[in-house]
Amino acid sequence: MQEKINKIRLEAEKELQDANEERQVENIRVLYLGKKGKITTLLKGLKDIPQEERPLVGGLANQLKQDLEQGIAEAIKRFIRKNQEERLAQERIDVTLPGRRISLGAKHPVSQITERVVEIFTSLGFSLAQGPEVELDYYNFEALNIPKHHPARDMHDTFYISDEVLLRTHTSPVQIRVMEKQPPPVRIICLGKVYRRDSDISHTPMFHQVEGLLVDEQVSFGDLKGVLTAFIHQMFAPDTLVRFRPSFFPFTEPSAEVDIQCVMCKGKGCRVCSQSGWLEILGSGMVNPAVFRMVGYDPENVTGFAFGVGIERIAMLKFGIDDIRLFFENDLRFLRQF
Amino acid sequence: MLVSYNWLKEYVNFEATPEELAHRLTMAGLEVSSLSCIGEEFEHIRIASIKDVSPHPNADKLSICRVFDGKEVLNIVCGAHNMKAGDTVALAPVGITLPNGVKIKASKIRGVFSEGMLCSEEELKLEEKSPGIMILSSDLEIGKDLASALMLKDYVLEIDLTPNRADCFSMIGIAREVAAFYDTVFTLPSVNVVEEEEGVEKFISVALEAPELCPRYTARYVYNVSIKSSPLWMRRRLELAGIRAINNVVDVTNYVLLEWGQPMHAFDYTLVEHGKIIVKKAAPGEKFFTLDNKERILDEDVLMICDALKPVAIGGVMGGLNTEVKEQTSSLLLESAFFNPQSISRTSRKLGIKTEASLRFEKGVDPESAVPALNRAAQLIAELANAKVARGVVDAFPHPLPKPPQVRVNIQKANRILGTKITPVTMTNYLERLGIKVKSHDQEKILVAIPSHRKDLKEEIDLVEELARVHGYEKILETLPIMTIPEGKGKASFYQETEVRSLLSNNGFFEVITYSFISPEMLKSLNIPEDHPFWRYISISNPLSKDQSVMRTTLLPGLLLTVVTNHNHKNMDLKIFELGKVFFREEKNLLPKEKFVLSGLVCGLRAEEAWNHPQKETDFYDLKGFLENIFHIFSLKNVNFQIDKSIPYFHPGLSSQIVIGGDPIGVIGEVHPHVLDYLEISKKIFVFEVDFGKIIHYCDKKEKWAKPLPKFPSVSRDSALIVDEGIECQTIVEAIVSAKVKYLQDIKVFDLYRGDPIPSGKKSLAFRMLFQSQDRSLTDEEVNVLFENILSHLKNKMEIELRT
Repeated sequence: MQEKINKIRLEAEKELQDANEERQVENIRVLYLGKKGKITTLLKGLKDIPQEERPLVGGLANQLKQDLEQGIAEAIKRFIRKNQEERLAQERIDVTLPGRRISLGAKHPVSQITERVVEIFTSLGFSLAQGPEVELDYYNFEALNIPKHHPARDMHDTFYISDEVLLRTHTSPVQIRVMEKQPPPVRIICLGKVYRRDSDISHTPMFHQVEGLLVDEQVSFGDLKGVLTAFIHQMFAPDTLVRFRPSFFPFTEPSAEVDIQCVMCKGKGCRVCSQSGWLEILGSGMVNPAVFRMVGYDPENVTGFAFGVGIERIAMLKFGIDDIRLFFENDLRFLRQF
Repeated sequence: MLVSYNWLKEYVNFEATPEELAHRLTMAGLEVSSLSCIGEEFEHIRIASIKDVSPHPNADKLSICRVFDGKEVLNIVCGAHNMKAGDTVALAPVGITLPNGVKIKASKIRGVFSEGMLCSEEELKLEEKSPGIMILSSDLEIGKDLASALMLKDYVLEIDLTPNRADCFSMIGIAREVAAFYDTVFTLPSVNVVEEEEGVEKFISVALEAPELCPRYTARYVYNVSIKSSPLWMRRRLELAGIRAINNVVDVTNYVLLEWGQPMHAFDYTLVEHGKIIVKKAAPGEKFFTLDNKERILDEDVLMICDALKPVAIGGVMGGLNTEVKEQTSSLLLESAFFNPQSISRTSRKLGIKTEASLRFEKGVDPESAVPALNRAAQLIAELANAKVARGVVDAFPHPLPKPPQVRVNIQKANRILGTKITPVTMTNYLERLGIKVKSHDQEKILVAIPSHRKDLKEEIDLVEELARVHGYEKILETLPIMTIPEGKGKASFYQETEVRSLLSNNGFFEVITYSFISPEMLKSLNIPEDHPFWRYISISNPLSKDQSVMRTTLLPGLLLTVVTNHNHKNMDLKIFELGKVFFREEKNLLPKEKFVLSGLVCGLRAEEAWNHPQKETDFYDLKGFLENIFHIFSLKNVNFQIDKSIPYFHPGLSSQIVIGGDPIGVIGEVHPHVLDYLEISKKIFVFEVDFGKIIHYCDKKEKWAKPLPKFPSVSRDSALIVDEGIECQTIVEAIVSAKVKYLQDIKVFDLYRGDPIPSGKKSLAFRMLFQSQDRSLTDEEVNVLFENILSHLKNKMEIELRT
């Protein structure tokens, strides 16, 4: 009996070894372990052998069954792996074909710059305020120390709705609206569209400004320089040269025009900076006491500074755009570049 | 204003190069926008003297000059006849190119060798026409270059004056600033009028009938005048300043205007009836010929200078043709006046005349300069026109001006405002350098008297600015303000705007910004009926064009025009949005109602053409999906879409109101084919427009609070319902919800089918319902019961059929 078991083992092991494909292994399983398989039959015959031999023979037969089952499982695994490897060896894609993209749009360059400006000033402690785009003459001019017939009105070509109502020519009226509502200290910026009656390569009848106002007990012109220099260094580059030079705005005094070293020629002089090496970037100044009196602040107790930045101007310098009208033509070939 | 560098040096002594000066003035608030060098071409022309002149052997019209140029004697063939031996002339040597473009070569002319050319004024472009060669003054040094001999080389600084600095609108004004900034001496030109015995009263009388418009009128009588052209130096200076030379008298008036900033006028005295000047307002509709030979129609706002019988000039703006100084003029009435700036500004604008005079008067001239400038003009005319000046000045000045104000500067305060530590002594020095008289000073304050030409200085802060300018902005140290946190944060919607911009741009949209003004025609083309709120626009009274004449009440016109622009450039597939204000007229308020509106538009292919997905045209639901994403990020609840056939610019079947709890917040739809036809747009366009203010208003302001994850699995059931075409998905969903079945967590529509075997007029909508309990696993049996409950509820509520 033991010999028979050994013989079946050898036979099965050899056949398993010779098997070349999965189907053959399956045949072997049926041949030995199937319902009428050799080992199944063997095990069924155990009851006919003498009692005292049964444990030994039974043990051997069961061992054989287990070994063969394991052998078959391994063989199958081997064939699966082999098939897989063959498949992997054949499969191949063109990795250079473009991927499936969800195409992206873009924020308008004016919005991108505005967001950056807001980020910088809010990090400097400024909060946001807003005001109407269609404004009263009072807020746009008179409260800002620009009475009717003041020559400074010539600096603004104004769109009028009526004698008293106009399209704001700057964001400065928001200063007045904020100070009328709130006691000092004030530290705000406000942003939005402004309108001037002008149209050529460097002017559009509508553009965007960010206005800033800081009022407190001891604000100095040195603070104005410090804050605006910090802004420019963050907006452009930390080593950008900045200069402040006297200018005139009726609502600030002393007033300063702020220039940066030309970003195109690095100060050597080029077409963009009209050979001067400098680019005008914003207007600013200490709030004129007349403005404080208009809103009921006491100029003996508070001082402050205000500034206005043209967003398109910064965008043109940062993105190398030479025609301001492009911003409002909304040609996708332009917008896609940002 | 154009400023000659050389001329400036006559009044003020400074060493700076033109470039340094330009920088210094810019940093002092007188912005130099350009600096140009003039007359370099004359550096190559030599002063030479003619040794002798002999006839040309082969040509009657030519002569041969032997000319000494300081080094050698040259042989030059010349075609002119106005020269003789001993004359000093301008020699163009061989090798140079003349200002008129002629290149000088050594050559044989009719057999005679010629080494250079003797130049005429015309060839040097110093005159428009000249009869012969230029004969120079004999005291010029032979061999010197013409540029330095005649001071022809110069630099012109173009200065952009700020409106407050009327006092700098003259050479003297600029010189005063230069002297202050270089801390050097400034000298006024010396004025010395030689007067005759007879007094001016005999010749001229002045009556001011509108003293509020002309507070001062001064005049002189000048006679024996010989009109000719002015000397070269004066013509040059006028030209560099942008003024055309005319004759010696007119040139002097312009020269004094440039020098003093005081406009002058010279009338031909014999044409001024009775030598009488009456200053009064024009009669309405009165007609008058100005010097430029144009007829002007006047009104009562215009101030006129008249003689005994007729108007002779528009005061402060332009003289009249009827009293113009001409070649035969022999005597003059010289005017130097002070006019009301606002009146001049109005007149100049109304008549559309801008002159050097009106520009200065409207900025405001110094009334104190009227007489000195008048004297200066009289002196120059006497010199240049061999004229005689009658004794005295007529000075009509009925109400003397108030004394210049005195202003006190608090030293500590000034330093506090500037962030500086300037000493009282230095401050005093700064102010005195500017010509401001310091009356007294101590450690706390300085008391100053403002000079009459600085009308911009009225109060302390004006002087603080002057201190800062002289001190130099660059010397003020940068500091950061002491931080006190202001009360209350602003309510600006900027952060929500930023979120929407980010979302839409990440969803493939490009943000556009269109003009806030539109054409009212666009509203017509959108089929907007007259009673629609879109017609409640406000109009601009002075628009740039009709296309930009009203403030928009909707963003649609701007977006649609953006489509047209892009289609013209072959950008056919578009996803664009705009976030901006619209404006509605209000009956009770002066100011319109401003609303923040968000509008989005899609057109063309859904996604860019690619190798691995099918090309599909975008549709209503693409756009709706983007909008739903926006509602999602703001956690908007209860948003409903309600079909609305009455939106005039939308396809009636593809057009919806967007409503939150009964409040309409916007619309979405397909643009009506009529509108597209009008704009010649060939593709379907889908648009939404929502009130962004309302979105912010309705957005969920609660902080986000995490829910625990479900511990037990969910069970789903699918059901396809066959319903009438007219039944909307929302109705069915609401019906399902109204069954109020326990554990129903979510309902999704996952299929819409029309066609065989569904009968026509019907559609099949498939729903997936999700059931879940928070505290146990649901059994199949109980879910089946719940599901059946829903279906039977549905069958009771509406006509449905289950698709199997």
